[in-house]
Amino acid sequence: MSLTLWNSRFSVTFVRQYATIFTSGSVATSILQNKFTNSSILSFHNNDKPRQRTLYTMQSNRQGKSQMTDTTDSANIGGIGAAAAAPQHPHCDRQTMYDHQPNRQQSSRGTYDYDLVVIGGGSAGLACAKEAVQNGARVACLDYVKPTPIGTKWGVGGTCVNVGCIPKKLMHQASLLGEAVHEAAAYGWNVDDKIKPDWSKLVSSVQNHIKSVNWVTRVDLRDKKVEYINGLGSFVDRHTMVAKLKSGDRTITAQTFVIAVGGRPRYPDIPGAVEYGITSDDLFSLDHEPGKTLVVGAGYIGLECAGFLKGLGYEPTVMVRSIVLRGFDQQMAELVASSMDERGIPFLRKTVPLSVTKQDNGKLLVKYKNTETGEEGEDTYDTVLWAVGRKGLVEDLNLSNAGVTTFKDKIQVDTKEATNVANIFAVGDIIYGKPELTPVAVLAGRLLARRLYGGSNQRMDYSDVATTVFTPLEYACVGLSEEDAVKQHGADGVEVFHGYYKPTEFFIPQKSVRYCYLKAVAERTGDQRVYGLHYLGPVAGEVIQGFAAALKSGLTINTLINTVGIHPTTAEEFTRLSITKRSGLDPTPASCCS
Amino acid sequence: MSLWKLLQVSSAIRSIARSASYLGKVKYDYDLVVLGGGSAGLACAKEAVDNGARVLCFDYVKPTPVGTKWGLGGTCVNVGCIPKKLMHQASLLGEAVHEAVAYGWNVNDQNIKPDWQKLVKSVQNHIKSVNWVTRVDLRDKKVEYVNSMGAFVDPHTIEYSVKGGPKQQATAEYVVVAVGGRPRYPPILGATEFGITSDDIFSYDREPGRTLVVGAGYVGLECACFLKGLGYDPTVMVRSIVLRGFDRQMSELLEAMMSERGVQFLHTTIPSSVERQGDGRLLVKYRNTTTEKEDSDVFDTVLWAIGRKGLIEDLNLPAAGVETKNDKIVVDSKEATNVPHIFAVGDIIHGRPELSPVAILSGRLLARRLFAGSKQLMDYADVATTVFTPLEYSCVGMSEEMAIQTHGPDNIEVFHGYYKPTEFFIPRKSVRHCYLKAVAEITGDQKILGLHYIGPVAGEVIQGFAAALKSGLTVKTLLNTVGIHPTTAEEFTRLSITKRSGRDPTPASCCS
Repeated sequence: MSLTLWNSRFSVTFVRQYATIFTSGSVATSILQNKFTNSSILSFHNNDKPRQRTLYTMQSNRQGKSQMTDTTDSANIGGIGAAAAAPQHPHCDRQTMYDHQPNRQQSSRGTYDYDLVVIGGGSAGLACAKEAVQNGARVACLDYVKPTPIGTKWGVGGTCVNVGCIPKKLMHQASLLGEAVHEAAAYGWNVDDKIKPDWSKLVSSVQNHIKSVNWVTRVDLRDKKVEYINGLGSFVDRHTMVAKLKSGDRTITAQTFVIAVGGRPRYPDIPGAVEYGITSDDLFSLDHEPGKTLVVGAGYIGLECAGFLKGLGYEPTVMVRSIVLRGFDQQMAELVASSMDERGIPFLRKTVPLSVTKQDNGKLLVKYKNTETGEEGEDTYDTVLWAVGRKGLVEDLNLSNAGVTTFKDKIQVDTKEATNVANIFAVGDIIYGKPELTPVAVLAGRLLARRLYGGSNQRMDYSDVATTVFTPLEYACVGLSEEDAVKQHGADGVEVFHGYYKPTEFFIPQKSVRYCYLKAVAERTGDQRVYGLHYLGPVAGEVIQGFAAALKSGLTINTLINTVGIHPTTAEEFTRLSITKRSGLDPTPASCCS
Repeated sequence: MSLWKLLQVSSAIRSIARSASYLGKVKYDYDLVVLGGGSAGLACAKEAVDNGARVLCFDYVKPTPVGTKWGLGGTCVNVGCIPKKLMHQASLLGEAVHEAVAYGWNVNDQNIKPDWQKLVKSVQNHIKSVNWVTRVDLRDKKVEYVNSMGAFVDPHTIEYSVKGGPKQQATAEYVVVAVGGRPRYPPILGATEFGITSDDIFSYDREPGRTLVVGAGYVGLECACFLKGLGYDPTVMVRSIVLRGFDRQMSELLEAMMSERGVQFLHTTIPSSVERQGDGRLLVKYRNTTTEKEDSDVFDTVLWAIGRKGLIEDLNLPAAGVETKNDKIVVDSKEATNVPHIFAVGDIIHGRPELSPVAILSGRLLARRLFAGSKQLMDYADVATTVFTPLEYSCVGMSEEMAIQTHGPDNIEVFHGYYKPTEFFIPRKSVRHCYLKAVAEITGDQKILGLHYIGPVAGEVIQGFAAALKSGLTVKTLLNTVGIHPTTAEEFTRLSITKRSGRDPTPASCCS
């Protein structure tokens, strides 16, 4: 199995040992309990910490009871955590998990089955569950994937691993490698570059990788002693949940719940949408070539799918209702769209789909309408992919039983990720108004667990989160868009430095440099603090990550242009930014290399 | 060609007109003479003109022993970073063809071979276009350019001749020496007759074949690596250590990565002689300085990468009274030599990083100080750099050794980790040497002293962190920076294991 790839610490015997455990949930549970009993004994070898832990447990029990009468005072939760003050590395919270043996102890067993039940085994849920266990909590994690309309389902790990960033990046990489074969020929390699991808081979490679990640995730949960329950949970009351398992219903009680159920793609409300369309949930495991594909939606998911489909030789068309990459800098968004258009991806602007019907030849007839002209049109496709947005999975949780209020299909939380019910929290894509990104979910989940069980006070900082769009020419950014900077600081308070550039490697294969562009949005006065950085070009995410750390460190234009470049890279272009938009000078470079 | 001549003529006219208009007003023909048209010289010359100075720039390339020569622009453009990066890219693309197969492309990757001539021609065409753009740019920016070797007559006078013509002189208020360096040859039999250097490899008219690369600095390692990637069979001869001056642990990892890819290493070995055999191949005799064992092997090409020397010889520096150290020039923090109006920038100065962007920035800042009233000095600290081996190595700030030396072992915390790039799984590329570390202070917010990364696109990854380091990056900030998923750069935000803890830095899970 591809586990050998993992170069991992797990010995084969270890894997065999646990492979049997995974086959039976009840065995797993009993072993889990044994382990906890053992570790609770172990924890008494430490003199100070158990006492603190006991104190904390008593307090949290009391808190648990008082919550029965006071459900709105969610702010107290963090306060209790702080009062408990478990030992903490003074400089680095993450350090805690390595420097201190976690204290595990039987606590409040009589009251609740678990200290914490996490609903959802995705990025946020798993991070939170594992961190909670590391800090001594008894934790169960529920995960369940409802199949898509065409029957696609997957394993533990959530969107990112199964139907999100991981398969997307792999398909993107496959598409880039097709391009690389052509470039190799330009550089002198004797390859025949009349090439086609083998879709089923690609899908099976991608799925094998995902399955190995699922597997490692399961092993990791075992290792970290998180009880994993493959069931769909719904609330009975604020401390009780019923999980629908294969073997029947199971009632679970917990002191604290964390909702991390994430989201799933929406379908438009038109005839044929659900019957004939697919979403990103299906695409990465689709059992036939997608062929000519209509991608409906121009958010990052739609553009990324269209980008790799084009790179793999299929014929995608992107249907855009209003704007491309809503929420992103619109100059950059339009450049991304233009770069895709240059590669032969047509955009149907201001257009909405009306219906999808299946023709006798098996192809899909899509009728659509231009919302500006009112003109109707139609075309046939092999595949219709909905990328019209995602909805939070609040439906099956029966949140009203717990008293948790929702906002549309999401849950609103405060700065401590607390819902309106004091013992119920939410993290990840299910929370309202925050970036739906794996690393955000992971960090927020982990910090929440540390506040709940590690005595930490640190809150998640959702500002200046960098992100990247894996279109053929990638786009990455951190901080404010130009529009937002102007909105917040006024047009006169903002200076934008920008430039086109020419990656050295693009010359020999004569790749288009037309959309290789970057800009820094900054304060206009003083040292010119940088508000936002935007980059369109190769390996954008790799380029922007370090600058994200720089922004968090207070990067200024003065520092940026006095940072010595690494030559020849594309990232160094940031250090060479000298032309302001205000100057009206041409941002196209004349020379290179000096 | 005719356009070039036209440019030269119009340049001459302009020069006459200009000196006439200034006649009587100034003592010297030029405000500034720049010796050397490489990264430092050109940047300095252009910036000076932008700030109103009258500037003359000399550039001349002496052919190598095998007759290689090149145009305007200096080492980086002609025989350095640019052709090196292109050859590196060619080598990576060969690898990409194999990866494409793993990802399902129906490309035949059996026995793929590069066409060396085609590659060299493509690389040289690109260089010539850059030479051309550089010439146009100089014209555009009104820098006078003379394709000649300038030498001092006295502290303000430079003598030169154009294409064997009569000797001419030009006087200047300031002189900037930016002549750079060239590869050394070892003082052994056959070195210059039969060996080549990085000055020759990028325009070499035949396949290098089985190649002995002598020297394990970054130039040697990069050449060995792209040769390996292109299907040749390089051996690296190492006198003492690989990548002197870089972090030891990272250097050794890089060597292990190269060995894993089949690059041979001859350790503690020095060459004794090179002879041409009857079949045209080169017999190299060498000696292991540890075992004192002598040995020999036959190669198609011998590439010297044993270091570079500054080109002070032809400058007649004693006439100007400029002192030298070994083959370099010592300058102060304002890039001034011991003669106050004579400056030096770029690879010719002693004890500074020999990097194109350093040369450019210091040249530009010098011109601004001379002609624009600027006070800003070049900051040579925390300069990031990268080594373009197949898994690249990039770093900024201090090596672990340097940090320990300056701060003491008890005041340093090193965070480190191995990682697994997502894209490596499907083609089953080795992740054994994908590793990164952050060297930081142990107290307070743990200010970061150095960052080191081995993996794909290392330079692209480190550049932003270099800006972060200059902005005072701490471990606390680093770990609270949200990652971009899935990238390899995000691994920096996930560093959690300290060397001091003794914990295994190999990751068990991914993605959560």
